[in-house]
Amino acid sequence: MIRDLANPTRFMSLAGALLPWVSGVAVLLLAIGLYQVWFVAPADYQQGETVKIMYIHVPAAWLSLFFYSTMALSALGTLVWRHPLADVSQKAAAPIGAAFTLICLVTGSLWGKPMWGTYWQWDARLTSMLVMLLIYLGILALWNAIEEPNRAGRAVSILTLVGAVNVPIVKFSVDWWNTLHQPASVFRLGGPTIHSSMLIPLLVIAVAFTLVGVALHLAGMRTEILRRRVRTLTILEAERLDARAA
Amino acid sequence: MTHGFFIAFAYAVTALVIGGLVVRAVLDHRAQARALAALEARGVSRRSRRG
Repeated sequence: MIRDLANPTRFMSLAGALLPWVSGVAVLLLAIGLYQVWFVAPADYQQGETVKIMYIHVPAAWLSLFFYSTMALSALGTLVWRHPLADVSQKAAAPIGAAFTLICLVTGSLWGKPMWGTYWQWDARLTSMLVMLLIYLGILALWNAIEEPNRAGRAVSILTLVGAVNVPIVKFSVDWWNTLHQPASVFRLGGPTIHSSMLIPLLVIAVAFTLVGVALHLAGMRTEILRRRVRTLTILEAERLDARAA
Repeated sequence: MTHGFFIAFAYAVTALVIGGLVVRAVLDHRAQARALAALEARGVSRRSRRG
């Protein structure tokens, strides 16, 4: 299937057909999830209503790691398998991952102030997440610095794979170091420690955010394919005008 | 500041960032589709290289 999608025209057609469905389900789940958060889920016995920030902060953190992992896999696709759409996927994923990382940091900071008494602490989880945002920004800058898409794709792939070392650091920072940030409470060996009345809305929002991200990724890949076609045709037009003038 | 302020601010920032991503995706796609249509209207295509 991945080989079938190597044809950009086929990918454009398939992604174009999928996009309205993925977006529609994302909006529906987002509406259901937000209804549950605001009208069904209880306040936390210690944090009160401030726990509502968890429902956006945690999915944003998961998606930050999800899109970085997507970029790392795409980087392998570019460097090892030379899949023609791998660097398109990488480029489309970068701003989405950066945006979710930013949401994670800002909402975490806004959650931290009333709960911890501070917006920021240089602990391992928070710092590794900030490093993640800086890596995303570096990747976006590198995409913009190199004009030729294939060269840019190879350079970004190397940076992405080097930066991938930060993914397990973010995930396990709360286990490896003594942090102000709490340890994992959903994806852990002993099972989730959150009550189902809070866990279900959290998972609904997480799936909704994932589908929003996937829809944006598909849309971004379609746009990037168009951008490359525009670039190719612009070069061809310039060559044709040069040939006429000569 | 009340806890309500922190909750509202967190949701507002999230809506703004995700809304921004959606608007950017739509505008960027439209711009590239328009540019491609303009090039094709001028008769530029991959095949035109041969002709």
